Amino acid sequence: MSLAREITFTLNGVSRTATVPVTMSTLEMLRDVLNLSGTKYGCGEGECGACTILIDGKSLNSCLMFAVDCDGRTVTTIEGVAADAKSQPLRDAFVKEGAVQCGFCTPGMVVQATHVLAKNPKASRDEIQRGLEGNLCRCTGYKKIIDAVESAAKECV
Amino acid sequence: MTVQTVAKDSLIGKRIAKLDAPEKAAGKTRYIHDINLPGQLHAKILHSARVHAKIKRIDTAKAKALPGVHAVITAADVPEQRPIGVKKDHMPLKGDKVRSLRDEIAAVAAETEEIAEEALKLIEVEYEDLPLLTDPTKSREPGAPVIHDSAPDNVAMVFDYANGDIAKGEAESDLIFEDEFSLHYVTHACMGVSGVIAEFDAKGNLLLYSNTQVPFLHKREFADMLGIDPGRIRIIQPPIGGGFGSKLDIYPFEPITLFLAKRTGRPVKMVFSREEEFAVSPTRQPVLLKLRSGVKKDGTLTFRECTTVHDNGAYTSWGATTPFVMMQTVSSLYRVPHCKYHTVAVYTNNPYAGSFRGYGNLQATFALEQHMDKMADALGIDPLQFRLKNAQDPGEVTPQGMHFKTCGLKECLTTAAERSGYVEKRKAYAAQRNAPGSIKRGVGMASMLHVGGGAKIYPSDGCGTILKLDDFAHVTLMTGASEIGQGSETVLAQLVCEELGVPLESVTVVNNDTDITPWDVGVHASRTTFIAGNSAIGAARKARDKILAAAAKVSNLKAEDLDLRQGQIVRAADGQVIMSLSKMLRSLHFSDKAELVMTTHYYEPPSVHQDKEFKGDVSAAYAWATQVVEIAVDTDTGIITLEKVTAAHDVGRVLNQLGIEGQIEGGIVMGQGYAMTEDYRVVDGRVVNPNFRDYKLVTAPEIPEMDITFIETMDGEGPQGAKGVGEAPAICMAAAMANAIENATGVRMTKLPFTPENVYRALKEAGK
Repeated sequence: MSLAREITFTLNGVSRTATVPVTMSTLEMLRDVLNLSGTKYGCGEGECGACTILIDGKSLNSCLMFAVDCDGRTVTTIEGVAADAKSQPLRDAFVKEGAVQCGFCTPGMVVQATHVLAKNPKASRDEIQRGLEGNLCRCTGYKKIIDAVESAAKECV
Repeated sequence: MTVQTVAKDSLIGKRIAKLDAPEKAAGKTRYIHDINLPGQLHAKILHSARVHAKIKRIDTAKAKALPGVHAVITAADVPEQRPIGVKKDHMPLKGDKVRSLRDEIAAVAAETEEIAEEALKLIEVEYEDLPLLTDPTKSREPGAPVIHDSAPDNVAMVFDYANGDIAKGEAESDLIFEDEFSLHYVTHACMGVSGVIAEFDAKGNLLLYSNTQVPFLHKREFADMLGIDPGRIRIIQPPIGGGFGSKLDIYPFEPITLFLAKRTGRPVKMVFSREEEFAVSPTRQPVLLKLRSGVKKDGTLTFRECTTVHDNGAYTSWGATTPFVMMQTVSSLYRVPHCKYHTVAVYTNNPYAGSFRGYGNLQATFALEQHMDKMADALGIDPLQFRLKNAQDPGEVTPQGMHFKTCGLKECLTTAAERSGYVEKRKAYAAQRNAPGSIKRGVGMASMLHVGGGAKIYPSDGCGTILKLDDFAHVTLMTGASEIGQGSETVLAQLVCEELGVPLESVTVVNNDTDITPWDVGVHASRTTFIAGNSAIGAARKARDKILAAAAKVSNLKAEDLDLRQGQIVRAADGQVIMSLSKMLRSLHFSDKAELVMTTHYYEPPSVHQDKEFKGDVSAAYAWATQVVEIAVDTDTGIITLEKVTAAHDVGRVLNQLGIEGQIEGGIVMGQGYAMTEDYRVVDGRVVNPNFRDYKLVTAPEIPEMDITFIETMDGEGPQGAKGVGEAPAICMAAAMANAIENATGVRMTKLPFTPENVYRALKEAGK
């Protein structure tokens, strides 16, 4: 077994401790150790965005970050976003605008959109498109995802 | 007492959010990757290190000795294995030789994925290399390496279709065109990687958690593999992270997982890595296509002759059978009296192709629609008018036997042309070709024909439904048709609401368990809305008849004078409420007759299984579309910007406006990827870009503006008039792009993809 370390961090608003191998990614820790399956494995190389989470409020591909680097930080996953009433309009917009098909990219998209709107609540359509560039979707052709984030942005204003 | 009345409330054509969307948007949906069974082992496969080689020796002793390893299997350990695939030329585990780099040699089941991976490294394989065959044009040359001893000529499949007399067509032609087209590899790249979980119970029954799109067909194949009765196999389909045709065949990892579960007596889970997904999954069929077309001076088509070489790769899957669809486009998209089609699918050491949204039609349409533009230009006829002159009309029966009971092709053509300003722009852009500046603008058009009412490629193309109503008027719809993200669950619920007058929240759809749901042929051929929709309507109508007959007795009205609206039984003429539906159901249940409302229906479309000459009305309806693309080409860099797509689709009728827009938009962007960005590079049998960094899917900032119009031809056989549309939107894009590049630059590109490098080279070769 590889070397393990104990870390303490805030996960979806709750402080917690975990012992994780130093080689483990944050994605593996979330899915395999903490049983939070909303964050998806799409590529393991930071290319698809399916595993997007927020670290100290900023979006990041959890497959590229070592779990031990979560120590002392604030981690928010799709489960945390879904439990936050402030994100309800965004998730409602994904549903209402038809932004969801197979849904596999959706958690990553919702988390990334949360980050885009937190950074710039008045994000333009163009800025939204740029903001979602790192999240791949094979079903929707992106239009309805962009529509959803745009309509949530309007609601925020 | 006040008289309560309710109005008819229809969901058809409205923007209905997908029923499964709230769960998915909250990250609560459990895909196969998210399911873990108690006591589960993890499996990994050792793939070949060589492209073409004899296996001299496999030694698994060290792997077996690794702590945490429960089973290591090779071909020698599974004498029960049987060949899989369309031609049954593919053993799951290869024992004698490997024919491509994707080949499975051994598999491990272990406590963790890490241990399984570690064990793979301990398996020793000794190879003896064989000469490579990676160019399909060389497969039939004398002395070419033989891939399968059973096919010494390397021919996997041959398809021939003909009507009329090509020689006569040639004699009638004023102009004849001949071109070669080259269609590249792309792959499905579903966001959710492949996976399966297998578990045997104490009696030896198999429970399979699978992403398959055809659970009922696969039950039988797995049963044969295990030597058990198909009735002892239960397949549960968790929500699937993208299908697009990729899960229509059995792949080696599935039987291999069964073998491991059988041997270990534990549940075994196999999930791919992304690299494995790219390297091992099937692709879209690559095609070399030669097209000859003849035309009279007045613009009447005279003949079409299409010859293709399909690179079959090392094994035969659905890709080899794409000629079924390609010949339909060649023979019947436009009226053409003389037609000949020939495909030979040849073995190589390359990856093999499966089915992929559009099923050969992207390839055929790419060639055919470029020839349409070329002929029109040579004749000096506007390409829109040229297409309209040769377009099919409603009622036509083509020489291949397809009967177009509804056909909106002409309306699609004129709508897409008018809304985009196609005719004027095409002239203007052609005139600006030689103007100074590196940015050239172009507009291009393509049309398509595709099955829209199922496709009877098996003796039955049906779907079963079981429907029940509980005491509170909640409907459970059990359908054989799988949901793969396309929204069938929601559309089926809408169709049931229409018949039973209940709100959408009152319908639960069960569609993922072969022990519960009735038979369906599978999710393919754009058939689910049409076939499963008609099946659901049939079951709902039987329930409606039963309810209204009972209500007629109670109310002293005739059943035909009653209606179901908003959860009430009403008088049809004025909507006056007689009683609530739930009260009626309870009174049926708790009366001395004690009846429940439960119905079944099996819908078999009125299509025919084509004969040996590929003739016959294979689908109950046909979908049509025209798409116009507008692009800017930078002749200094070869970079193309896709600015706008104007699409007009004959969909029969829109059932869910939101859902159908999503299908069309997603299909357009998938077609854009095929045309412009995706290039699955196979060099000497090796996939050189098995990752999203080098295999480029279209991203959010790159999508075009999309203007989509639905042409509603109200198909008489379709559910509420609808036709299937799942594949249609991806089909025209590459052809329309090629025509737009020609309009912009004067250069006709017959080879995909239109990456900056390829476009730049083509422009420079043409001296632009």
